[in-house]
Amino acid sequence: MTDVVMPQMGESIVEGTLTKWLKKAGDRVERDEPLFEISTDKVDTEIPAPSAGVLAEILVKEGDTVGINTVVARISDGAAVAAPAAAPVAAVAPPPPPPPAPVAAAPPPAAVAPPPPPPPAPAPVSTFEENAAPLSPLVRKMARENNIDLNQVRGTGLGGRITKQDVEAYLTGGSAAPLAAAPVQAAPPVQAAPPPPPPPVQAAPPPPPPPPPPVQAPPVQTAVATTQPQVSVAPPAPAPQMQMPGAAPAMKIEPMSMMRQKIAEHMVFSKRTSAHVTTVHKVDMTNISKIRNKMKGQFQQQYGFGLTFLPFVARATVAALREFPIVNASIEGTNIAYHRDINLGIAVALENGLIVPVIRNADEKNIVGLQRSIVDLAARARSRQLRPEEIQGGTFTITNFGSYGSLFATPVINQPQVAILGVGAVVKEPVVIDDAIAIRSMAYLALTFDHRLIDGALGDQFTQKVKSVLENWTEEVA
Amino acid sequence: MPSVGNAAAGDSDLRVGVMTSSIEAGGAMCEVRDCGQMGYLQAFELQRELVEQRKRGEIADQLLYVEHPHVVTMGRNGHGENLLASPELLGRAGIDFQTTNRGGDVTYHGPGQVVCYPIFDLRDWKRDVVAYVRGLEDVLIGTLAAFGIEGSTVPGATGVWVARDVSGAALPQPAKVAAIGVHVSRWVTSHGFALNVDTDLSYFRYIVPCGLTKPVTSMQTLGCRASRAEVVDTLSGNFGRVFGRKIQTLN
Repeated sequence: MTDVVMPQMGESIVEGTLTKWLKKAGDRVERDEPLFEISTDKVDTEIPAPSAGVLAEILVKEGDTVGINTVVARISDGAAVAAPAAAPVAAVAPPPPPPPAPVAAAPPPAAVAPPPPPPPAPAPVSTFEENAAPLSPLVRKMARENNIDLNQVRGTGLGGRITKQDVEAYLTGGSAAPLAAAPVQAAPPVQAAPPPPPPPVQAAPPPPPPPPPPVQAPPVQTAVATTQPQVSVAPPAPAPQMQMPGAAPAMKIEPMSMMRQKIAEHMVFSKRTSAHVTTVHKVDMTNISKIRNKMKGQFQQQYGFGLTFLPFVARATVAALREFPIVNASIEGTNIAYHRDINLGIAVALENGLIVPVIRNADEKNIVGLQRSIVDLAARARSRQLRPEEIQGGTFTITNFGSYGSLFATPVINQPQVAILGVGAVVKEPVVIDDAIAIRSMAYLALTFDHRLIDGALGDQFTQKVKSVLENWTEEVA
Repeated sequence: MPSVGNAAAGDSDLRVGVMTSSIEAGGAMCEVRDCGQMGYLQAFELQRELVEQRKRGEIADQLLYVEHPHVVTMGRNGHGENLLASPELLGRAGIDFQTTNRGGDVTYHGPGQVVCYPIFDLRDWKRDVVAYVRGLEDVLIGTLAAFGIEGSTVPGATGVWVARDVSGAALPQPAKVAAIGVHVSRWVTSHGFALNVDTDLSYFRYIVPCGLTKPVTSMQTLGCRASRAEVVDTLSGNFGRVFGRKIQTLN
């Protein structure tokens, strides 16, 4: 067997992402024939096979990022591999227990063959293999030197990865739970698979079987690096009631989408950049609510879209931005850049992310124009048809978390802007007006501003302006 | 790097000259082929052929320059979401669409862009693909400096970015002037970079270049009038400087 490792593609490179397998398990490969591709930065690299043979095992899935020198596959020099055994690692179902014939064709397993192990034993192998969280070279080395069968070690690292501590704990017989063998195993899912020799144990669901014999090496050591055929040391006194690590891994690891990575980057960047302060004002939307109810049918008929609260808030925000230009600004070094145009970003929730398309020159639009832009941008955002310039150049952002039922939240500023207005849900509430209790449609306006540039008083004046426009609406809507 | 970027055009010309000659003595040869207008697939085939020849040691390192007709290409690790128009829509707009085996995401090539594909054996330089990409950035920054443009790199966003135009006026936000995407097979490189000289930038609206929602720009937009030939020559000179190669122009 030849190990195929993640190569080092440069001095500073410590890991690589395996992007594509160019061969399948079971395929014959020639020496130097391209075997897989990796990606680092903006470079894709084809990696040739280190030797000729049959690709016996693939240990790292496409899309996984692993450290250099991690074994990603094994090539057997033998001509044939028991073909059916070569279940790709990606398979969701636990790979079938390996057939009795060891993968390596010839080498007589020097196994001091103890009686054929109880059939359930292979299961831990598959559990491990399935998790096949890559092993660090250190763990591999420790396992080799101490003759440990890593299938017996419980991984507590990321994604069930076996860490150095796990191996140490295992060696000292400590907390790292060795995988219990028979008793608990009896329970797990039916193994519809190439029949292992069916000794009686198979039929033993009754839980308390005799304490398992010291777990010995399962017949085939597919999962682990060790090529030495020695039988593993019996794990120290495996208490029969030992916890099973559970057939399902404790977590599922999946790579973030590019969009998610960008959002993450942007959010943290913003929090690091601005001194976020959020001020919350309550606004009476009763009037707007009435206008909306009166007009929305007509909107639907005349323009083909409904009428929401958002264009009213946008219109009021534009008025406030005109009055307080510093809220429509950015910080550039030690300068304040006041933007001439009012370009309103409208946060749009996507299925798996968030995007902020921009209504350019929002101050030139009335309610119809604003509503039309909002509907259009949101629809195209969701069908991914926005042009790049439509998500650039915003000078202020509105986020409408109220549409998801939130009363108020503390939004994160969309850099390089200096403030963002969050609109909560419009809810009917009892309100005291002139010592009488009335039922009004109320909402919270939450303005997060960058305290580097905007002081609390100004933030509040701005929000009061938005509130006052909304509460004293005079403009014709259509 | 900043010193190159800040240098006045004249200075950096001098610098290039000096450094090239100091290296020429022992430097390996690098042949320049300017193929002018060439379709993406044709150039892809030519690269493949040259890569094989280079692997067999039949030819020296190559700098292949082309200018592609409108084409949007997507790398192996490309994300469909960064393509803002369907291939059919692109087709109607007269833009070809190709998936390809370079690193990086989606990009656009077209008239007015200098596309350079170095077929370069890294074993004769450094076996380090990241250092190679940093080298390409250096080539581009040196070239832009010769035309009075201050290019810079952004960690995590490979390519060359500019923050100011030729007059020194700040752009609204940094914009990308050159994109990089590389393929390596047995240490021999292919693909490379694309520098916008006087590209019609409106074609970029069909994509999110390299998955980054940042603007793109061109040397012309930045206020620099340079001919393709001047840009190609300056790129080659800088390639020689950065990678220690003696540049020889074929055809």
